[in-house]
Amino acid sequence: MEMIVASAIAVLTAGGVYLLLRLRTFPVILGLALLSYAVNVFLFASGRLAIDQSPILSKYGEGVYTDPLPQALVLTAIVISFGMTAVLVMIGLGAYLEAETDKIDIADSPTKEDQA
Amino acid sequence: MSHGGHLLFIIALLPFIGALVPGIMIRAGRNACAAFTAVPTAIAFIMLLILAPQVMRGEVITFQLEWLPQLGLSASFFLDGLGLLFACMITGVGLLITLYARFYLSGEDPMGQFYTYLLLFQGAMLGIVLSDNILLLLIFWELTSLSSFLLIGYWKHLPEGRQGAKMALTVTGAGGLAMIGGMLILGNIAGSYNLTDILQAGDQIRTSDWYLPALILILLGAFTKSAQFPFHFWLPHAMAAPTPVSAYLHSATMVKAGVFLMARMWPVLSGTDAWFYIVATTGLITMVLGALIALFKDDLKALLAFSTVSHLGLLTMLLGFGTDKAAIAAVFHIINHLTFKAALFMTAGIVDHETHTRDIKRLGGLRHLMPITFLIGTVAALSMAGIPLFNGFLSKEMMLEEASHTDWWGSHYAVPVLATIGALLSVAYSFRFISHVFLGPQREDYPHTPHDPPFGMWAAPALLTLLVIIIGVAPFLAEGIVRAAANAVTGQELKFYLKIWHGVTPALWMSGIAVLGGLVLLGLHRPLDAAWIKAPRPEAKAIFDRLMAGTVGLMRGITEATHTGAISRYLAIFSVAAVALGWAAYSGSGLSAPTRTHLPVPPVIAVGWVMLIVATISVVGMHHHRFRALILIGIIGLSISAGFAYLSAPDLALTQISVETVTILLLLLALHFLPKETPKESSMGRKLRDGIIALTAGGGVGALAYAFLLRDIDTISDYHIANSYEGGGGTNVVNVILVDFRGYDTYGEIIVLGIAGFVIYALMHALLDGPAARRLRNTDYSQDRSRDRHPLMMVVVTRVLMPIAVVVGLYIFLRGHNQPGGGFVAGLVIAIALLMQYMASGFAWTQERKKIEYHTMIGFGVVIAGLTGVGAWLAGQPFLTSAYTYVHLPPVEEFELATAMLFDLGVFLTVLGAVMLMLYSLSRIARFAGQTVNVGPMDYDPGHPYTKEEDEGAR
Repeated sequence: MEMIVASAIAVLTAGGVYLLLRLRTFPVILGLALLSYAVNVFLFASGRLAIDQSPILSKYGEGVYTDPLPQALVLTAIVISFGMTAVLVMIGLGAYLEAETDKIDIADSPTKEDQA
Repeated sequence: MSHGGHLLFIIALLPFIGALVPGIMIRAGRNACAAFTAVPTAIAFIMLLILAPQVMRGEVITFQLEWLPQLGLSASFFLDGLGLLFACMITGVGLLITLYARFYLSGEDPMGQFYTYLLLFQGAMLGIVLSDNILLLLIFWELTSLSSFLLIGYWKHLPEGRQGAKMALTVTGAGGLAMIGGMLILGNIAGSYNLTDILQAGDQIRTSDWYLPALILILLGAFTKSAQFPFHFWLPHAMAAPTPVSAYLHSATMVKAGVFLMARMWPVLSGTDAWFYIVATTGLITMVLGALIALFKDDLKALLAFSTVSHLGLLTMLLGFGTDKAAIAAVFHIINHLTFKAALFMTAGIVDHETHTRDIKRLGGLRHLMPITFLIGTVAALSMAGIPLFNGFLSKEMMLEEASHTDWWGSHYAVPVLATIGALLSVAYSFRFISHVFLGPQREDYPHTPHDPPFGMWAAPALLTLLVIIIGVAPFLAEGIVRAAANAVTGQELKFYLKIWHGVTPALWMSGIAVLGGLVLLGLHRPLDAAWIKAPRPEAKAIFDRLMAGTVGLMRGITEATHTGAISRYLAIFSVAAVALGWAAYSGSGLSAPTRTHLPVPPVIAVGWVMLIVATISVVGMHHHRFRALILIGIIGLSISAGFAYLSAPDLALTQISVETVTILLLLLALHFLPKETPKESSMGRKLRDGIIALTAGGGVGALAYAFLLRDIDTISDYHIANSYEGGGGTNVVNVILVDFRGYDTYGEIIVLGIAGFVIYALMHALLDGPAARRLRNTDYSQDRSRDRHPLMMVVVTRVLMPIAVVVGLYIFLRGHNQPGGGFVAGLVIAIALLMQYMASGFAWTQERKKIEYHTMIGFGVVIAGLTGVGAWLAGQPFLTSAYTYVHLPPVEEFELATAMLFDLGVFLTVLGAVMLMLYSLSRIARFAGQTVNVGPMDYDPGHPYTKEEDEGAR
């Protein structure tokens, strides 16, 4: 199971980083989404893996529970990363509508533009 | 805390509070504005006088307020003799300047601004002289640089003013930076940032290896501030300021801050060879050089500026000598210089004001036209020259006396000779000031016919010259404050008396030579001036400007080389750097042996894993087809939710699945306006490079995750599990952590989410008001559109679903404290239900039925959460402490009421409001892009017969 989670994190990170390095806004946003998945799972995994040990306290005596703290942190992280993605989408959209291109690199350095 | 400590704190605070007054009072007229500016200064001055007797007795008044004790930073103030002297000077002269400026500034100058800057500066200066904490002192030190920048550049329309202000800020700011370093070293050696502790640790500091660096850095700060050679050049350029500023900052207060600091640190830093040679030599050079340049300056204020440089050099030299008598002379000269120099600046201001010129060559013979000004100027200038019966004479004699028996590098003559030359030049320029401005024949060609100014304008300098004479004739009157201050500087009980006649001493001879030589120089001024003008000499401003231009050029070069605008390159560099750091951390320490065993992998999970991997690889492979990539992202999100559910994280699974839905909806909406395909433009080499970076990063992160998944760690979670039910009243530990243990974090996070919502809303508005709006209107999106935009089936299903979804959301919300669920998930579920309405029944139709604005919802959410936290205060508990009780109403199962639930309600409202505001903003753009507004929930009535127009419209 550990291998599965670790490899999933690895593949998600690799995919995320690759897309992050693309030249258009949309793939970069997708890349960031993949990277967010990877980071969230990574944080979650820092509480170590457990099966059938949900941190819901049992009414019937002592139970064994997994680490709840990373879960709480990741829960807010998921929601925040949605907010971040949304802002980024809006900025990307605005840039595309204003500049009529969705390239993320500024083509010319400012000095060249001044000369032209 | 000693008696009077609170008074001290009020004194330090008064000018800052007072700075608010002039801006308001200026509406009531210029007189009212000046009068009210004087009030806080006057109160501070009176309070100082109340404290003065205590301080004169040798008591030290302290006030302490912890600020950031972890950093050793406290708002501590103390008042000893030295502080009292300076504080009285700052507030006393401040009062005079307030009066003088009222008459000096013309009707067009914004007077309220001027007084506000003046009070800010006054507060900063008071802070410096009263601080007991060197970190606090540094803050005030920087504040003086900033507020003097505002004052020097007060006449914004003058380029000299702006350049002078910039230069002063650059030089004193750079010195301030050096001083921060020096003070931190000093604090580290002494083990405390409190001045009173540091002053006790003199021996420890002087023997430390770090003494010399600390000394040099602190002196850099003091020398730049007090315009010592080679940093003296900024002061004359700062003379572009209005004359009240020059009189206040550049004679009485700010430039003395450096001297003050050297005096303050005297018990700790002085007494070593390094101190003597650096400080005394710099002071000596500055004194002679400043006096020499002053002699040949034609601008009255420039003459006075260089004379100030020279006198500051004198003070620095005296402190550099490191003897008690020199320290007494320095303290006494600080007072004397203040009185005559401020009076002289004001005189120069009056002359400028009346004749409209400050050029000495265009003046002369003013004694008949301006007798009062003549009298004031002459008394002050004679004092500056060091003529007996004026106060400048007394301290100059003491200086010459000290200089006469100081050896410099084995030479008995270097210091006395140079000091005499300095005094001689000082006499020469002082006499020049009198004779070339006031004496000589009356001229016909003044730019403006001069006459004496109104009383209000000459009252302040007259008062100062009165002090010049009183101290000059009866020096014992000043003995008390000089003794108190000198005791504070040296840290000893000194016994001395201030006298006019010391007998025929070497100093008297030196004085005599100086006066005679000065008269000779004045007689020879014309030929000497011609020679001076011809002689080549370095122009400090040109050097400074070249230096600045060079620095700016270098910085621009670095910025342009690194900041090319290629964001993908920054990201590549960032990724590589992160991997490299990870590798460095890994190779730095070995790995311990694994302590955990692998968990088994059931086949279902293996299938899910394959789905996830294939989907991720496909996203990367197919990202050119944006729509397809988006669908694949959905698969990844769902697989991860399933993984969370399997791995004992039901809350995460619920959150992930609902966030997933809204994210995809959001991206779909955005994609509507973006190109549907990504062009293939990356070269093979680039893909290879990015691929390698990506695989390394992925491999690194994966290996790290695998490594720690197999090892146990200590966690603080046991506390949370143990106290969740007892302390937080809930069995869902994750939810209790969110709303109780870490409630403050959650509170911050919902605020961030709310802000994100507002940012998007604001961006949308900016977009629709800009050029993008036209483009949106002109783009034809119709080919993407089906005629049946709001299908009947979907409308009906979502309508039926809506109440069910709301109930589900409510259920998830209510059970959240004990079972998986809570505000976050409930907010997202309801948001999805509402979004479905937007999608199915159309934007306008849904919008019309919306009863509450999303902004309001976010606001309410944050406020409710905040108030819940504040409520705990009322019960005497820390912020966000939760209280709960169990309620049993017969037909319903026993349920719990907790304040945490109220907090969760805030979370719920914020999440719902933010998510809705985000998607609403995107939909607004869609509507703007020319989509029609449907009146009814459905596009057409299926029962209605098919008309011909619609048929044609479809084609």
